[in-house]
Amino acid sequence: MATDTPMKSPEAAAVPPPRRASGTGRDRQGHQRLLTRRDRITLGLMAGVPTLLHVALVWVTAIASVLLAFTTWDGIGFDSITWVGLQNFTQLFQDNPQFWPAVQHNVVWFVVLILVPTPLGLFLAVQLDKRIRFSRVYQTAFFLPVVISMACIGFVWQLVYNPDTGLINSIIGANEPGHYIDWIGDPDLNLWAVLVAASWRHTGYMMILYLAGLKSVDPSLREASALDGANEWQTFRSVIFPTLRPTNTVVLVVTIIEALRAFDLVFVFNKGAQGTELLSILVTNNIIGESSRIGYGSAIAVVLLVISLIVIIPYLIATFRKERRA
Amino acid sequence: MSTLSTPAGAPPAQRRAPVRPARVLLHVFLAGTALAWLAPLLWAVFSALRPYGETSAKGYVSWPDTLTLDNFTNAFEQSDMLHYFGNTLLIAVPAVLLTLFLSSMVAFYVSRFDFRLNLALLLVFTAGNLLPQQVIITPLYRMYLLTDLPGITASGKLYDSALGLVLIHVAFQSGFCAFVLSNYMRSLPHELTEAALVDGASAWRLYWQITLPLCKPAMAALATLLSIWIYNDFFWALVLISTGDNMPITSALNNLSGQYFTDPNLVAAGALLTAIPTLIVYFLLQRQFVSGLTLGSAKG
Repeated sequence: MATDTPMKSPEAAAVPPPRRASGTGRDRQGHQRLLTRRDRITLGLMAGVPTLLHVALVWVTAIASVLLAFTTWDGIGFDSITWVGLQNFTQLFQDNPQFWPAVQHNVVWFVVLILVPTPLGLFLAVQLDKRIRFSRVYQTAFFLPVVISMACIGFVWQLVYNPDTGLINSIIGANEPGHYIDWIGDPDLNLWAVLVAASWRHTGYMMILYLAGLKSVDPSLREASALDGANEWQTFRSVIFPTLRPTNTVVLVVTIIEALRAFDLVFVFNKGAQGTELLSILVTNNIIGESSRIGYGSAIAVVLLVISLIVIIPYLIATFRKERRA
Repeated sequence: MSTLSTPAGAPPAQRRAPVRPARVLLHVFLAGTALAWLAPLLWAVFSALRPYGETSAKGYVSWPDTLTLDNFTNAFEQSDMLHYFGNTLLIAVPAVLLTLFLSSMVAFYVSRFDFRLNLALLLVFTAGNLLPQQVIITPLYRMYLLTDLPGITASGKLYDSALGLVLIHVAFQSGFCAFVLSNYMRSLPHELTEAALVDGASAWRLYWQITLPLCKPAMAALATLLSIWIYNDFFWALVLISTGDNMPITSALNNLSGQYFTDPNLVAAGALLTAIPTLIVYFLLQRQFVSGLTLGSAKG
């Protein structure tokens, strides 16, 4: 996805294609040869300072999470760190009643996002790609939830789900005592309720990604397919959808990451109470909660890290390999 | 029968080509869905416009007798929202500028100079950006608590300071921006910087006066995107800020809703107020936002 950016530089068009080669080996070496000592120092700083900041705050801490997961620490002096081996993990897997539900909810979160809002976003994108009138107006409506903060979305949906005053219960008459449907508190319902809100947002996001993908589909493919007598569905299934492969990869990765990152919405909605536990919520509660256990919290983070890396690493390898070829 | 009617019926049908049943159906479907999509927000607006007394007497689903902006003004004034908007500004503006500045330097280096490390560097940045925030929060929180900055921040630490939030935003977002910008810069012709270098321009001039001005469209898209993301951030501030007064608006909403927004109508008004700045940016810069999002859609 990153390689076929919709924004083309004006210069790229002006230069004849064969010479546009984005820096052959010789070019780059030419760049290097002309550098003065001062230039080298400047360049070192230009690359070094941001890298240092990023590595210190993101990677050092990620690695620290891994290391701390095998220790206990009171957080005060470094000498109080003691190695406990796998103890945090065994406690987490065996004794924590919230852990497996949280894993399960993260999985459900992903499955729902990929099965409902993703195809819906694709469907809307295909419809809006038909050069119809008011396309922009529709797009704006579907995309609006993506712009608003997750926290705000949480509050807005609380107003919809509130058992006493909410839209749903007011309409179906479930706000009378005895008929209560507690969308927010009932552990059998609240995950689905919050997933409706998450899907509401995710649809617009997927629609935009697919719209960008569809824009890059060669129109002559569609014409050829029409000439061959294929109907709309056949054209989509056998011609358009296969060419959307790069977009599908991005969509899959984005959806998995979203499912792992899900936090704000649930935290605002019901603080991750029973029924809506997520790994991200467990990590956070361990920090801001009463009894912060650093090693234990890190162990949960490591689970999250491992799952993320299983997704991130193959994706990045594929992306960068493609880039090197380009 | 058909051969007879076709010559007579076809020409007018062709002239009225736009009216096709399928198209009408599509518009009905899209308009209906769009309306359903806006329904939760419209419901919030509707609740926010009604006085609490009226809704508690008549129920929330009822014909409104009075529609006023009182809830909005009350929510805004009682909770001193302006102060929290100020906090956000204090964090978001330096964070966006610094992110763009630092990531464009990395992108420049990576796209123009083939020092062995460049692919690895980009990989590290991009992968770091895709991690869930909770993966790093526990050590980060401890690190912020242990970093003493007496006299530099009000809290004397990185913890509970705007500086701390700016730094983590910059560190986290610069990965995504470096990735997008380096792709963009690579599409610029290499001869441009090559020629300047032969003419004796310094590396800094190459970056500041030649490369950056050509990256304006990409920078504009990223700036829009970053502003909205940083404005919308809830998690970093929730954990890394302890004093309620220091919170940026999005995270403050959580405290305010318990303290000041005592009824659902006020909550609705307060939540909608926090959405207004993002909506303004979005409507003004919709194109930049969408192009930024699709141009680096590797972002979660």
